[in-house]
Amino acid sequence: MTQASIITDEMRAAIGRESEPVAYEVDRTGCRQFARAVGYSDPVYFDPEVARNRGYRDIPAPAGFLGHPVIVPGRPASAVGPDLRAGFTRILNGGTDVEYLDTVCAGDVLTAVTRLVDIKERQGNIGPMLITTRETTFRNAGGEVVAVLRGTGIAY
Amino acid sequence: MPEQLHFEDISEGQAVPTLTQNCDSQRLVMWAAGSGDYYQIHYDKDFAQRTGLPDRIVHGALKHALLGRMLHEWVAPQGQVVRLACQYRGMDMVDKDVVCKGAVTGKRIENGRNLAELEVWTEDPEGNKTTPGTATVELPSRP
Repeated sequence: MTQASIITDEMRAAIGRESEPVAYEVDRTGCRQFARAVGYSDPVYFDPEVARNRGYRDIPAPAGFLGHPVIVPGRPASAVGPDLRAGFTRILNGGTDVEYLDTVCAGDVLTAVTRLVDIKERQGNIGPMLITTRETTFRNAGGEVVAVLRGTGIAY
Repeated sequence: MPEQLHFEDISEGQAVPTLTQNCDSQRLVMWAAGSGDYYQIHYDKDFAQRTGLPDRIVHGALKHALLGRMLHEWVAPQGQVVRLACQYRGMDMVDKDVVCKGAVTGKRIENGRNLAELEVWTEDPEGNKTTPGTATVELPSRP
């Protein structure tokens, strides 16, 4: 039996659309806090001198850390793009794919732009689900792409 | 710091040393702060249960980051994680171990870079694969 699609024309029109650019600050405290949460013991993520002795400009960002978005009330808080929950209230993270094209270090301010890549609906064991795929491109101050993050969101 | 792993040392099928990390509520709160993900299903049991979950669940992105740590500890200090992708297929519950594993699936040299491809995943304490993924690391050559 076919059901009406939960994907509206408006949602479909958002595919391919890009968010406003959002600044992501990579700072030492952020790198350390992230590294501590993940349980790293390598001093490279904590001590700038160790990092420099190992050839980095400063403390490198641990895998998965691309800084924190600069949040100013009244402005977009992150580069997540349009809200596409289709009335669903529960959200799960479906997957993460990060590709690094260059090293990211404390002191970097990255500019992130998110593009909605795809929206799919699927019947899962938790009921109907809306699966969205977004791609966020992070550029450094010189405009070079340093990382691309592809994230899958599940609303149900 | 363990001895540096070199490109010549690895071969297809080789296992990455397993990383086991217990994810108690303190770790999930640390991760919330470290990542900026404050969704309550990860630290508020009542909230999690109101959404239909049995209890608080481990953040998917924390499992991604733990796989990254496993790879870093294998390739550091000179090696780098180039790409890390995983899918959150199964939930991992608070207070349980997340067991990170990996195996080499291929080696290639691309633009002078020594790259190793891997299959990576996490398992829950019962051995269920909850987070399958793939990764690419860059390794130095033997001098």
